[in-house]
Amino acid sequence: MNYEIYVTYRAGIFDPAGATARRGLEQIGFDGIHDLSIGKYIRLNTDATREQVTEMCEKLLANPVIEDYRIVETED
Amino acid sequence: MPPRPRPRPRVAVVVFPGSNCEQDVAYALNWLGLDSAYVWHGDHSLDGFGAVVLPGGFSYGDYLRCGAIARFSPIMDAVTRFARAGRPVLGICNGFQILAEAHLLPGALLRNAGLKFICRDVALRVEARCDWLDAPTGSVLHLPINHNEGNFVCDSATLDDLRADDRVIVRYCDEEGRTDGVSAPNGALDNIAGITNAARNVFGLMPHPERAVDPTVGGSDGQLVFQSLLQQFTQEVF
Repeated sequence: MNYEIYVTYRAGIFDPAGATARRGLEQIGFDGIHDLSIGKYIRLNTDATREQVTEMCEKLLANPVIEDYRIVETED
Repeated sequence: MPPRPRPRPRVAVVVFPGSNCEQDVAYALNWLGLDSAYVWHGDHSLDGFGAVVLPGGFSYGDYLRCGAIARFSPIMDAVTRFARAGRPVLGICNGFQILAEAHLLPGALLRNAGLKFICRDVALRVEARCDWLDAPTGSVLHLPINHNEGNFVCDSATLDDLRADDRVIVRYCDEEGRTDGVSAPNGALDNIAGITNAARNVFGLMPHPERAVDPTVGGSDGQLVFQSLLQQFTQEVF
C-alpha cells in the first residue's frame, strides 16, 4: 500500500519559513496572500496497515507537540 | 592513616552519530576535576555513571526533526531509566532537543524565528535552581549559543505549569537581567532558554555551558553548571 503523509504545524505554532516565503511573494508583487505555511510531504510504500502508519506518525514522523499530520492512501 | 579519597563517579557523555560537542563537554568536565567517558549511542547501559550529558551537535544530521531519530537510539532507554531514577541528566543544545523529543522535558524546539543560525554570546537570567544549576535567582550569566533550532514552544497549559513550578531555569535577558521587552534571539516562547523536569534532575538548555568553563577560551560562567554536579558528587555517598 502507498501512503502520502502531510505534516504541518499545529494551529498557533509560528511557521518562520512560511512567513518568510509569504513576505518573499509579496515583495515580488503577489498580493492577496492570506496564509502560507510550509510542511513536510512523506511518501511511504509499506505492508503496514493504516493503523500502523498512524502509529509511525505519532511516534516518529510527526511530533504531536507541534505538528498535525494527515494520511492519504493512494493507488499507485 | 588518612582515609583514601573516594573516587568520584564518572560522567557519561553520550555520542550520537553527528554529535560534535562531546569533546568540549569532556574537556570542561576534566578542567573541573570530573572524570568522564564517552558512551556510544548504540550502547545499552549507564551502569557505574553518576550523571549523563547529551552533548550538542547534529545527531542523525538533524533529519526529520532535530533529535527525533536520536531519541530512539538504544542508549535512550537507559537514559530514560536514569532520569526517572532521579539521577542527573543534562541536555545541551541538540541534547536539549533530544530530551524534548524523548518527552523527558516538555515542549519542542522550532527553527529560529529569524531563520538564521545564531552563534554568539547571550545574557541569561537565572530564574530558579535545579540539580544542574545552583546560582542565585536573578543573577546574569553569559554563555554562547550556537543553533538553528532553539525556538522553544509549548502549549499554554504546559507554560503555566513550567511557570507555576519554577521549572524555567534560564531566560534570555539584557545585560541588566531584564526580560520584559527583550526578545529572545531565536524567538523562544517567554524567553525560555532552559527548563527542568518536575523532579529537577533533568536540565535542558540551548546555550553551551561547556564552552564557558576554561576562561582562556570563552568565559567561566559555564562552570556553575558543572560545579553543581561536583558539589553533589562530593556530598553524596556512592
